[in-house]
Amino acid sequence: MVYKKQLKCYRKYAIFYKPLYGNKNITINMAYLKKQQQMNDHKMIEEIENEIVEEFSLFDSWDDKYEYIIDLGKKLPRLNDKHKIDENRVRGCQSTVYLVADYKDSKVLYKAESDSVIVKGLISMLIRVLSGQTPDEIVEAKLEFIREIGMMTHLAQTRSNGLLAMVKQMKNYALAYKIKNKISVKQ
Amino acid sequence: MIESVSIQNKLDVFAIRRQFPVLNREVKGKPLIYLDNAATSQKPQVVIDALVNYYSNYNANIHRGIHTLAEEATLAFENTRDAVQLYINAESREQIIFTRGTTEGINLVAYTWGRQNIKAGDEIIISTMEHHSNIVPWQILCEEKGAILKVIPISDEGELLMDEYEKLLSPETKLVSIVHASNALGTINPVKQIIAAAHKAGAVALIDGAQSTVHLDINVQEMGCDFFAFSSHKLYGPTGVGILYGKKHLLESMPPFHGGGEMIKEVTFEKTTYNDLPYKYEAGTPNIADTIAFKPALDFICQTGKEKMSRHEDELLVYATAQLEQIPSLKIIGKAKKKVSIVSFIIDGLHPQDIGILLDNGGIAVRTGHHCAQPLMNHFGITGTVRASFAVYNTKDEIDELILGLQKAIKMLS
Repeated sequence: MVYKKQLKCYRKYAIFYKPLYGNKNITINMAYLKKQQQMNDHKMIEEIENEIVEEFSLFDSWDDKYEYIIDLGKKLPRLNDKHKIDENRVRGCQSTVYLVADYKDSKVLYKAESDSVIVKGLISMLIRVLSGQTPDEIVEAKLEFIREIGMMTHLAQTRSNGLLAMVKQMKNYALAYKIKNKISVKQ
Repeated sequence: MIESVSIQNKLDVFAIRRQFPVLNREVKGKPLIYLDNAATSQKPQVVIDALVNYYSNYNANIHRGIHTLAEEATLAFENTRDAVQLYINAESREQIIFTRGTTEGINLVAYTWGRQNIKAGDEIIISTMEHHSNIVPWQILCEEKGAILKVIPISDEGELLMDEYEKLLSPETKLVSIVHASNALGTINPVKQIIAAAHKAGAVALIDGAQSTVHLDINVQEMGCDFFAFSSHKLYGPTGVGILYGKKHLLESMPPFHGGGEMIKEVTFEKTTYNDLPYKYEAGTPNIADTIAFKPALDFICQTGKEKMSRHEDELLVYATAQLEQIPSLKIIGKAKKKVSIVSFIIDGLHPQDIGILLDNGGIAVRTGHHCAQPLMNHFGITGTVRASFAVYNTKDEIDELILGLQKAIKMLS
């Protein structure tokens, strides 16, 4: 039943990709994600957040939510080993996140990886929302979707994972680019 | 006849469970299965009632007041001290110092006895399986004094290598500070033997009883330790209360830890004389409510019967270990012959945190991570484990649920 609903949800994006509904598991097509990333160039942060909230509203149970997040995590592209250095490390008490940011055409692009697959799934969503946005928008982003999809516990101050630190770090990068821009404009 | 004895000795776990209101709640729509007892145990109604009763009926500052409320509060507070003395069989009530917890107890010794007695070149012995709270205070002290920290290695099963310990002892050894039962592995250490060897070398011995005090019979006189530290909240009591037991001659000769009210006899600007034991170490208004509510927790243990409780917890440990070993990709970390009801494990290719999140999703509370014992995790070449720890109110049915939860998590994550 749930999956039928999901099917409906994905049909909305059918113009971008044709998902495979072979088995019970949701299949996330990387081409779709890439396409979506490109589409994000034209989408506001809040718009993408709403999309995620809508997708999650179709899940009946926590198991389904986590299954989806785990699937996203498994499909998050691996970060090149050369980026896995202390400098890029966002330390959590239990899991570790590596995060790199790049600035291109006035947009911040993020890449990240974690040793926890659930954290990777959450990272995947954060990248979907924030990557490809302008520094100003990223700095201002409220990221309410995390609360709305019921994943706030993972951002709580429990020291247990690197996710909260990662969100802070993503914003720090954006802030740094923002300041850099201001300085270069003045010059 | 034999049957009636066995029934008498059998714990009525359902009658026990009824005393713990939190066990009625649900988590994520499923009945709570609480297997994080080594972090903190749940509280029986009598403990909760004692807290409410204190604040509702006789909240007052203790020891100084002459009014009725102060008298009642003082009496209740000091009653807990007597109960603790009995519980660990201390020589006298003056040797029971109230602290905030095990960590503060160990720090108290490090900052008072340690500062007074440790000098450059002295040696302090701890072990690989110590909690950070029995590592860091000694590191700070060693750094300050130029003393040396020595570490007893452990076997792959998670047992102390006693031969290596004997080799570490020397005339330079001033202190041996060892955990009674490991919070990460469950290993019960042969503390009597450790203490005897320390004394033979002329060293003082401190035992971290945070995990052992709820499971084992504690008799500090028989054990022979010089200091023994533990926390109320792991014994069904409130958080924020700990106990430091010390040998009288040591407590008397050590300088105070904190200065302030309560701990003084007379204060002039020229000189202050300190109060008698135990008040010398209890500066300021203590945690009155929680200390008072610790007594009903001890009463609960005594009334239920420590032996019965231990037997039940042992049964749970044996059952859980056997069930967990059925899972092919699972590896138990810590296979000591003598263990308290703690079982730590890892699963091939899976992150402990992910397992913990998915178990929580099924209403099962476990602990994941390094358990504040990073050097121990390094020893095993891992970053963390999943830890299930059992208390008197846990059941075999709950362990079955844990196994089902794990199987489901493995399926979802692999």
